Amino acid sequence: MINIVWAIIFVLVAPVIGGLVAGIDRKITAHMQGRVGPSVFQPFYDVGKLFEKENAVVNETQIFYVICYIIFIAFTGALFFSGGDLLLVVFALTLAQIFLVLGAFAANSPYSYVGAERELLQIMAYEPMVILTAVGMFVVTKSFNVADIAASATPVVLLLPGIFLGFLYTLTIKLRKSPFDISTSHHAHQEIVKGVTTEFSGPTLGLIEIAHFYETVFLLGFIYLFFGFNPLVGVIAVIVIYLLEILLDNTNARVKWQLAVKSSWMIAAIVGVINLAVLYFLAGGA
Amino acid sequence: MAYLSKSPWIIHYDASSCNGCDIEILACLTPMYDVERFGIINTGNPKHADIFVVTGSINEQNREVVENIYNQMPDPKVVVAVGICATSGGVFRECYNVMGGTDKVIPVDVYVPGCAARPESIIDGIVTALGILEEKRKKMPLGGSEPVPHHKPHTNADTKGGAK
Repeated sequence: MINIVWAIIFVLVAPVIGGLVAGIDRKITAHMQGRVGPSVFQPFYDVGKLFEKENAVVNETQIFYVICYIIFIAFTGALFFSGGDLLLVVFALTLAQIFLVLGAFAANSPYSYVGAERELLQIMAYEPMVILTAVGMFVVTKSFNVADIAASATPVVLLLPGIFLGFLYTLTIKLRKSPFDISTSHHAHQEIVKGVTTEFSGPTLGLIEIAHFYETVFLLGFIYLFFGFNPLVGVIAVIVIYLLEILLDNTNARVKWQLAVKSSWMIAAIVGVINLAVLYFLAGGA
Repeated sequence: MAYLSKSPWIIHYDASSCNGCDIEILACLTPMYDVERFGIINTGNPKHADIFVVTGSINEQNREVVENIYNQMPDPKVVVAVGICATSGGVFRECYNVMGGTDKVIPVDVYVPGCAARPESIIDGIVTALGILEEKRKKMPLGGSEPVPHHKPHTNADTKGGAK
């Protein structure tokens, strides 16, 4: 069932694709703001630069946690693209995020602490919806295996419109885009210094950036899963949804964490659960 | 590979500046000048920064802050003093509480005089700093794992007998 070739391809190619997506993101953002913007290869220059810097660490444990973070993010994506169990993918993703939070807590800095606490709140905010998504996919395709869901002829998105909307809502949190970039944010929208990444510098920060590239590709793959019945529609949907995320990022201010948690739970409870209930009754309520 | 000069991240600190130079620095980030096209980002976090941009003169209150920010930045790093106050103390250099320009407390690599410094000259100063940054990287121990000795903090004894 699990295709090891795809896992290896993911581990090798995902940072390149993720970096390019981040570069295109910055270019489009700049154009939306009437600027020229950096080169699309800028994220690679940034990571290259970070590896040229001095490795100044506050606490040696930080490096260990960051390495665990990148390993588990890569594992999450590799398991997903090799067609593994969706539930295991979701749990591995959570574990990876927890390592980042532990890394931020390892340095005794108020900004890092606030960032780590907000990161935990973000995990709390999106987790119910992500698990509901996995459950919803099981209900319509009768399988938790990514390979089966992707190959299924069932139009997943048409049977799970509510869950799809709820997933898109939490996707903004996962991609750290406004209005939900509360724990840290990319580029220059600074608040609480740099939140969860404040105390990381040089090569350690470079590893976190690469982990973000992996995460972006994994999330884009997750969107595709809703459109697995038609690959062309799937790829177009992934591109359109990412462009919408960029538009949302540039037109919204950051919200308070209370609103982020409340609204994402509310959406998970309303559209996610109603969607599952409708499917249950349509199936005969057995 | 020389990625350093393609991705310089800046931290900007306002030491007793009148805000004239600060507004000009922020003007560099606007669509008019758009320094992000060179990969320049205003980070606000010394641990992520490569270039330390200081505006305004140094006095007894902000001296420690300037030293603290400088020491928190990982090597290689450069300092750009923007405006005549950061360069020499400017019209405030005779004040009883002013120690003078930024170079009184930390080593400065590029001076951008002007009152206020124009965005064009600030960008020129930053681009000059990129060359120095690259030279400093080449002098660094291999791999950058060896810590470079940090700047010795300024002591009160050094300022005895007037800060001019």
